Amino acid sequence: MRLASSWDWEPGQRVVLESTKCSEEHEWQEEFYASPDGERLACVVRLSDFESGVWVNGEVWESRFDRVWYPRFGPDNRLTVLAQAEMDWTVATEDAAWEDSYTYVWGTRFSEDGAHVAVSVQQDGAYGMIVDGKIWDTLYENANNFTLSPDGSRSAAAVQAIPMGQAEVAKFKAGVFTVAVDGQAWDKIVMNAWTPVFSKDARKVAAQIRLTHFDYAIAVDGGLWPDTYQMVWEPVFNPANGQLAAPVKAGGAWGVAIDGLMAWKPRFFQCWQPVFSRNGQRLAAIVAPEYGEFTVAIDGQPWSWTYPVIDQVVLSDDGSCAAARAKDNDEKWTIIKDGKPWERTYDMVFSPAISPDGAFAAAKVEKKGQHRIAVNGHELETVFDQAWDPVFNPEGDKILVRGLSQGKFLRAVVPVEQYRY
Amino acid sequence: MSIPGIRDRKIEDVGLQAGVDRLTEDQIQKTIKKVLKGETGAKLKLYAETCMRCGLCAEGCHYYMSHDKDPSYAPVSKVRQTMWEILRHNGKVSPEFIYGCAQIAYTECNMCKRCAHYCPLGIDIGYIISVVRRICHKLGVVPLYIQDTAHSHSATMNQMWVKDDEWPDALQWQEDEARDEIPNLRIPLEVEGADIFYSVIGPEPKFRTQLIYQAAVLMNETGQSWTMPATPGWDNSDMAMYTGDYEVMGRIKRAHFDTAMRLKVKRIVMGECGHAFRSIYDMGNRWLGWKMHPVRVMHAIEFYHELLEKGQLKIAKTFDTPVTLHDPCNIIRGRGLMDQAREVVKAFCPNFVEMTPNREHNYCCCAGGGVINCGPPFKNVRVEGNKVKAEQLIRTGVPVVIAPCHNCHGGLEDIIHAYKTGQELKFLIDIIYECMEKPDAVE
Ligand code: SF4
Ligand code: SF4
Repeated sequence: MRLASSWDWEPGQRVVLESTKCSEEHEWQEEFYASPDGERLACVVRLSDFESGVWVNGEVWESRFDRVWYPRFGPDNRLTVLAQAEMDWTVATEDAAWEDSYTYVWGTRFSEDGAHVAVSVQQDGAYGMIVDGKIWDTLYENANNFTLSPDGSRSAAAVQAIPMGQAEVAKFKAGVFTVAVDGQAWDKIVMNAWTPVFSKDARKVAAQIRLTHFDYAIAVDGGLWPDTYQMVWEPVFNPANGQLAAPVKAGGAWGVAIDGLMAWKPRFFQCWQPVFSRNGQRLAAIVAPEYGEFTVAIDGQPWSWTYPVIDQVVLSDDGSCAAARAKDNDEKWTIIKDGKPWERTYDMVFSPAISPDGAFAAAKVEKKGQHRIAVNGHELETVFDQAWDPVFNPEGDKILVRGLSQGKFLRAVVPVEQYRY
Repeated sequence: MSIPGIRDRKIEDVGLQAGVDRLTEDQIQKTIKKVLKGETGAKLKLYAETCMRCGLCAEGCHYYMSHDKDPSYAPVSKVRQTMWEILRHNGKVSPEFIYGCAQIAYTECNMCKRCAHYCPLGIDIGYIISVVRRICHKLGVVPLYIQDTAHSHSATMNQMWVKDDEWPDALQWQEDEARDEIPNLRIPLEVEGADIFYSVIGPEPKFRTQLIYQAAVLMNETGQSWTMPATPGWDNSDMAMYTGDYEVMGRIKRAHFDTAMRLKVKRIVMGECGHAFRSIYDMGNRWLGWKMHPVRVMHAIEFYHELLEKGQLKIAKTFDTPVTLHDPCNIIRGRGLMDQAREVVKAFCPNFVEMTPNREHNYCCCAGGGVINCGPPFKNVRVEGNKVKAEQLIRTGVPVVIAPCHNCHGGLEDIIHAYKTGQELKFLIDIIYECMEKPDAVE
């Protein structure tokens, strides 16, 4: 069941609260964040020179800190912040801080259901992750490319497993990095490891690997695909069957390999951001069939319409429809859906959303500093000073619109049937 | 095979030696053929076929001019000792020859492109040298220190081995520091939809935090909508471009532009760095397949100029000490910002003295092209290799040199020290910060 199914999807608009209330009460107010369900608005406020707090819908948390940053709502609408008190850092969710504190924490991540919260940690100069307040047993000289499994049960990062002094080039070439899963490093130590990613069931972990200055590979659970490549980009697991796909460069051109076998013949100038549909039937990626011309390819077939820049492909649940952001030569953005761009262009188009059946694409769009929500190329009426990305209901016939307008935080549910084409 | 010139001045470098120790002639030939066939085209062929060996480019090069016109330092001689030999022998060259090639390519050419202005055919020696570097990278023959920097780029996405936490921590520290002066100042982290992503190079959070402080004051006091990421991708610098590791160059540029696109900013304003500009504006973006930059890129000079033009940056006082301006190659020859740079300098500094030659004819700082990053073994050649720059500085007779580029600062500092010019070196932001109106500052 999708989390959004329990939200209020009754069509209509309501004022959730007067957002100006915050600045009236607090001299120092940082950026607002809206909960995914549009019921809550939060920001960091400064309560005195040395005290910061968290403001949510007009109330300030009881917990006070020296510094608060990175307020983020999880998919379950709970608010998590990173907070410093007496020099050390911790994590607080819904006004409850974790018991332990750490030298530094950053990079909050949530499981798909929001029930699990993870952060990256530096404790006394050693690096790793904390999930729901539990720190890895083994910490490392360095760690980055942190990730949490979709179900939140496991965490992983690229880690420096072997200490290395300044300019120890030979040692680096011999390999000091690897991937650690739940704090346990793979036996396979390599020159570089990037973007570890979990399978949907969290059983498998894959990563990009550089074996030598020239040989790139894909690793799964510490074992390598048989072939090496001129370069690779981020691998992605098929959520339905656990197959692994990754863009790979061979013979000077990019294609996609699945489980180590070439699936999309290398013929592109570029290929990245691979994404599977929810049912695992379709694989999309951004490709450049020619230098300077980008588009979306689905199962290896590129759309004919190309743009200088394409970003953020989203697929419908069955993969039959896709949308992406596109930027033209005049630096204007639009959405391209199923190979056809929207007629209007904007100063900025934010992350696109696609309905589960693919009939509708929606996005926050910006013109002259003002935000609106557009669906299938049609702008909704309300103009916002600031809006958040639209969210489709599980049935795909309505969108949730959230935004600030004239000092009010508005929440609207809009049926989208009229925008079908 | 002997190379006249370089054999007489071989410098020991652990990285170069370890690299050639593993090489065989067959391996070398195979690699060279692969690079020449797979990665070069008409341009190199045209240059090789049209260069008349006339030597007119010689006087364009500060190495040649500074080494008493030693012909082996002339641009054409550098390619004669490297690429022309490689082509003449169809890639069948010795490991020792490759050592010499690497020493010339990495430490005796800044890829500054000044000589191209002297060549009647416009031959771009810097490009030819970059192909030599690519071959040396593929052969694993790279000076130790710059290789370490490229390794840092690959492992951390920044130049200085800055760990993931050290970056936001440094920004929060600078924000705290700056609040003593401007109580409401913010360094806004991770603000999606801000107009500007302010990007800096790796050394700033490590050694030059005052530049982040000053930029934050500028952004706040001129009312910009800006942000900085809290993730890797913040660093715009790129030594992998100069080692010839284009795969890592592509990876770090993608990290940078992906960060900008994730934050949905309208433009990247970058601090005062030249080589990073080259990487973002010209090299890295294009290697990835974008004809231009996917998010508009502005060098700091363009940004300061725009702020002055729009009246957002107001001048509280002038900087009256006489100053001169060093034109960094990558943003002057590479982007044509010479007029904007002068307009910004003159707006603050009434006593501006041109150094000669200037603008696109200016001499390189001799640090650029990754040369300074090759480290201590090559420092003397680098400093000796820019006597003409020191003479230029001295001739201006001014106590302050403005250099809107990090590498130039590194190179010029060494020259100022070695030739005892007695000058003080400043970034443009140093002067702007000192002289701008700061309406929110406490006394
Ligand atoms: S240092 Fe500059 S002038 Fe000298 S050869 Fe290289 S590109 Fe030409
Ligand atoms: S590069 Fe140009 S100036 Fe130099 S020798 Fe060749 S033709 Fe002459």
